[in-house]
Amino acid sequence: MSDEGKYTYKKVKSIIFGVLGPKMIKQMASAKVVTPELYDKEGYPVDGGLMDTRLGVIDPGLKCRTCGCKLKECIGHFGYIELARPVIHVKFMGLLQLLLRATCRDCGRAMISKSKKEKYLVEIEKLRKEKGPDDTRKYIKQVVIKDLATQKKCPHCKTRQQKITLEKPTSFFENEKRLSPIEIRTRMEKIKDDELLMFSMDSKFVRPEWLVLTVLPIPPVTMRPSITLESGERSEDDLTHKLGDIVRINQRLFENINAGAPEIIIEDLWDLLQYHVTTFFDNDIAQLPPARHRSGQPLKTITERIKSKEGRIRHNLAGKRTNFSARTVISPDPMISLNEVGVPSVIAMKLTVPERITEWNLEYLKKFVDRGPKSYPGANYVIRPDGKKKRITDEMKEQILEELQPGYTVERHLMDGDIAIFNRQPSLHKMSMMCHEIKVLPAKTFRLNPAVCAPYNADFDGDEMNLHIPQTEEARAEAEVLMKVETQLISSGFGLSVIGCIQDGISGNYILTTGMEMSRDRAVDIIMAVDLDILQKIPKKDKITGRELFSCFLPDDYRFTGKDKSGGEVVVKKGQLISGVMDTANLGKGSGIMLRDIHKKYGPKFTAGFISNVMKLGVYVIMSHGFTTSIEDTDLPTDARKMIVGVLDKSNKESEMLIDQFHKKTLETFPGKTMAETLELKLLEMLNKVRNITGEIVDEYSTKETGTIIMSRSGSRGKPLNLAQMAGCVGQQAMRGGRISSGYKNRTMSCFKAGDLSPSAHGFIRNSFKYGLTPSEFFFMGMTGRDSLMDTALRTPKSGYLYRRLANALQDLKVEYDDSVRDSAKKIVQFSYGEDSIDVSRSEKGTINVKRIIAEITED
Amino acid sequence: MDKLFKSYEGKIPENLLKDVKDNLPAKVDKAKAEKVLERVYSEYIESKVDAGESVGLIAAESIGEQGTQMTLNTFHYAGVAEMNVTVGLPRLIEILDGRKNISTPMMEIYLNKPYNKGKDIKQIALSIKETKLKDLTHEFSINIAELIIEVALDKKAIDSVGIDINLVGKKIEKALKAYEVKQKDNIITIKSIKEQPLNELYKIKEKLKGVHISGIKDVYQVLPVKRGEEFIIITAGSNLKAAFDNEYVDSNRTTTNNIFEVSNVLGVEAARQSIIDEVFKVIESQGLNIDKRHMMLVADMMCSSGVIKGVTRYGVVSEKASVLAKASFETPIKHIISAALLGEEDKLNSVVENVMLNQAVPVGTGLPGLQTKIDK
Repeated sequence: MSDEGKYTYKKVKSIIFGVLGPKMIKQMASAKVVTPELYDKEGYPVDGGLMDTRLGVIDPGLKCRTCGCKLKECIGHFGYIELARPVIHVKFMGLLQLLLRATCRDCGRAMISKSKKEKYLVEIEKLRKEKGPDDTRKYIKQVVIKDLATQKKCPHCKTRQQKITLEKPTSFFENEKRLSPIEIRTRMEKIKDDELLMFSMDSKFVRPEWLVLTVLPIPPVTMRPSITLESGERSEDDLTHKLGDIVRINQRLFENINAGAPEIIIEDLWDLLQYHVTTFFDNDIAQLPPARHRSGQPLKTITERIKSKEGRIRHNLAGKRTNFSARTVISPDPMISLNEVGVPSVIAMKLTVPERITEWNLEYLKKFVDRGPKSYPGANYVIRPDGKKKRITDEMKEQILEELQPGYTVERHLMDGDIAIFNRQPSLHKMSMMCHEIKVLPAKTFRLNPAVCAPYNADFDGDEMNLHIPQTEEARAEAEVLMKVETQLISSGFGLSVIGCIQDGISGNYILTTGMEMSRDRAVDIIMAVDLDILQKIPKKDKITGRELFSCFLPDDYRFTGKDKSGGEVVVKKGQLISGVMDTANLGKGSGIMLRDIHKKYGPKFTAGFISNVMKLGVYVIMSHGFTTSIEDTDLPTDARKMIVGVLDKSNKESEMLIDQFHKKTLETFPGKTMAETLELKLLEMLNKVRNITGEIVDEYSTKETGTIIMSRSGSRGKPLNLAQMAGCVGQQAMRGGRISSGYKNRTMSCFKAGDLSPSAHGFIRNSFKYGLTPSEFFFMGMTGRDSLMDTALRTPKSGYLYRRLANALQDLKVEYDDSVRDSAKKIVQFSYGEDSIDVSRSEKGTINVKRIIAEITED
Repeated sequence: MDKLFKSYEGKIPENLLKDVKDNLPAKVDKAKAEKVLERVYSEYIESKVDAGESVGLIAAESIGEQGTQMTLNTFHYAGVAEMNVTVGLPRLIEILDGRKNISTPMMEIYLNKPYNKGKDIKQIALSIKETKLKDLTHEFSINIAELIIEVALDKKAIDSVGIDINLVGKKIEKALKAYEVKQKDNIITIKSIKEQPLNELYKIKEKLKGVHISGIKDVYQVLPVKRGEEFIIITAGSNLKAAFDNEYVDSNRTTTNNIFEVSNVLGVEAARQSIIDEVFKVIESQGLNIDKRHMMLVADMMCSSGVIKGVTRYGVVSEKASVLAKASFETPIKHIISAALLGEEDKLNSVVENVMLNQAVPVGTGLPGLQTKIDK
């Protein structure tokens, strides 16, 4: 390829961390900063200032004086300032305190006998080599330090150790006397290299005196670019502001020292310098007032730049942004395949796929270029072999067409069948990012098959989704093989379908397979709309049953026995559905037993097609059969109404009795509970039972197959409970596992008497939704509604954090070639993944279905 | 037939082999049985994990995603309406945090043979429950003039627990040093041996209320429940060690939901199993579905160092070898500084570091390289 030899591909093998010493700081610096001024009168950066052109350039047109590169080419260079007096680095305060306490103030040796020292050092070296830095640090912290910091006298020169206290944030006191950074530095200098290891420092990387700064590195200008406001005014970065303060005070301190100013003034300036250097590193220290802008908003200095979610590490390094992506609202389209995504033509004309010109496709790609960016399918850019990108415009078109030849790359518009990655946030799953084939469609929303809503957890109430176009052949291949929807049908979480028929897809098949019969003409109509290939499989009869129609979609040799949702037997023999109903137990997501079986026997591709076909079948059956839910569905015969009222009245009496017993103190208490608690529990239990009984009555009397019942029986939408609440009685509203009891003193609402314990005063709703709720009932309903909203709002961040922690802890566990699970340090976590090395997404609910295999073989 | 099964040992995992054995019809001939085994074996090979599969992340996703669907509802009534236990997301967080003190410790006590039939079950339950002095008394009174505490015992209560009344006095004597304890039938008088101020006496009175008399310490509620054929006792409050010493308790089956207690009494392997069981209980009670392998992986990760480590920055995450991986989780500055002091080297072996550096991650398809032989 023509790119060959143009790039050198390098791989970073490792990163070593260390501490910069003054010598190193000076060596790597390309300028010494001496003045706090930034620009001269012409607006040109001042020499020796913070924006010195030797530190890199941020203005177009200027050249870096260190490397000679222009803006965007020069990565920037460090500078330094010489501090007039040494200053302590805040981030090392704890370590400095330890060093001061554990080393002799006189001879600088660690306060520990020679024999012990040797013993510890050997142990530390061994730990470092065998266990790594974490265990070494732990050992030092738990064993060595305890020994070091408790000595009273230096075992070498017998000097008495003084009491060292740390006055936060940055000053040390020996007894009552303050230790100046100069003194601390001289003491640090005395510490021997070989003893440093006992303080978890390696002398190859750090000297203790470096923890007290004498020179300060100045980060490159490119790290703190200034912005030019609309008014032409320059606004400097927070770091530049802070550095300006440091340089200014540093100069003042220099001048004062040279002029022989009184000690007090020098001390004050010194402290000020310390403050500025401290806040330069970290502006969020508890004991220090944060340095602020003139507007009063705290400055964002180095620590703030790195840490937390919006910091460099999590925001920029671990999270990247991407080109070639699109985002818009989604809407359903049951007529496109599971594997497809409908892309609006506007987007298809903005996003591109690079296609390299060869002698075989030259003419083909020329047509794209000729059509240009404005007519579909055209092309937006042409990339020359030297990497230069050219936009195709009307004026340039002729010229570009002339020069096109093998080796060029054309970025053409998206076309049907291109590969795209489709995603919906929050991406909690691997199934939240799946690969689809593009289908360019009119209008302005992404279209997706409603069956794939489940893994994305999407609905169409205004959800938006993202689309990414992989740009290289490898990426496309990988996406297609590993991420395509059909490869994700089986969840890696529990080993069953995550994609199945939903809603009308299930209702339709339920109607079809519960004894529907139709003329051949109608059957042909339906099949024609779903899949033409299946047309020949329609039985040659005048009347066709629903089961026969459904069987057309099953493979000819398919055999299956299972259960439907209500427990009836489902039997498929030789591709014919003999008995049973198709409902959520066999076609739905989550359970989808039949889908799982078909997947196992006929593979993902067939299953994906099967799901889309059966979905379509369901939808068309519903369309031709007619389907609705109405208020009529909740009508009950008078008998049933009477029975429900009877049950409610009976429960009322029962509760009155219980309350009466409670008042008379004859109620038998549960062990370990007070009488009031017992009453609450008993009432709650009874009232919950009442709703169940009314539910049963509703269920019993609504024998007519109405839309609502079809939905709840097939499992496509709603539960019997929902119908019971609409037709029978809404039931007890529970909050925190009990009846509603908050509100006023001894009562929930002012319309009740104080101390009223009756069901209606504590959230029992005896009416049905259809009949209508009383004001107090309505309010109780609102209370639980709000409570559940609160619950969701509180749960989301909690579970999000749990997920982040889990992902972070487990992310580098992988299966090795010997089936063991190991982490990135090759430490074995499991000898065999899950004890049997079975991949959950290839299993049937976590195991291999032995029963199925036996049945298959013994029945032959 | 046994020979046939034996030949598949090691090829097919044990539990699968057992599954085949149990499900194979009795009248099956050998050829068919072999066919079945061969098929099971081939399906097993087909469903093995690929090398490089990022199983950790899949486990995290499976648990994390389901976590969003859990209710925050802390309390739930276990079986009969008397005891409440933390369930749902808070409980899951509690387990994975590896917290030492859990909010609702609980034991399921199985009983030894003659006792588990339900006879005298209430008595046994009561004897297991911790009885404190305050449960057995009418009142505590202080005689200010003579600086004496008088405890009036409740005979009825003592009889219902089934202990000797004189034992109470002895227990008090044991618990209080430097005090003279006298028992006269159901009145116990306590007098200080040394002179003491009055308010000291009040303190002692409060202390007296909590004196342990009988039962298992920390068990403050008991509930006999019928499980299957036998009766078991569910307790609120947990003390596995003391429970094992109790004569009624079947120490083979009795469990607690406090993972640290399991670890202390029975070791990490038991604790690992306990984590799996407890997580499974939470998932199950919420009507969710997660494969056990994922929980096993989390539990193994938490226990792999020999002690229980929570999934927190102090626990599992702090064990990571990579500086950048630790830094990308929480408290980045701290990690970077301590790494700098020791001159640590990050070998870039795991996922995030390579994401940071825009390099291929060493899992899945990032793992294998391609080699071609070029003819020259």
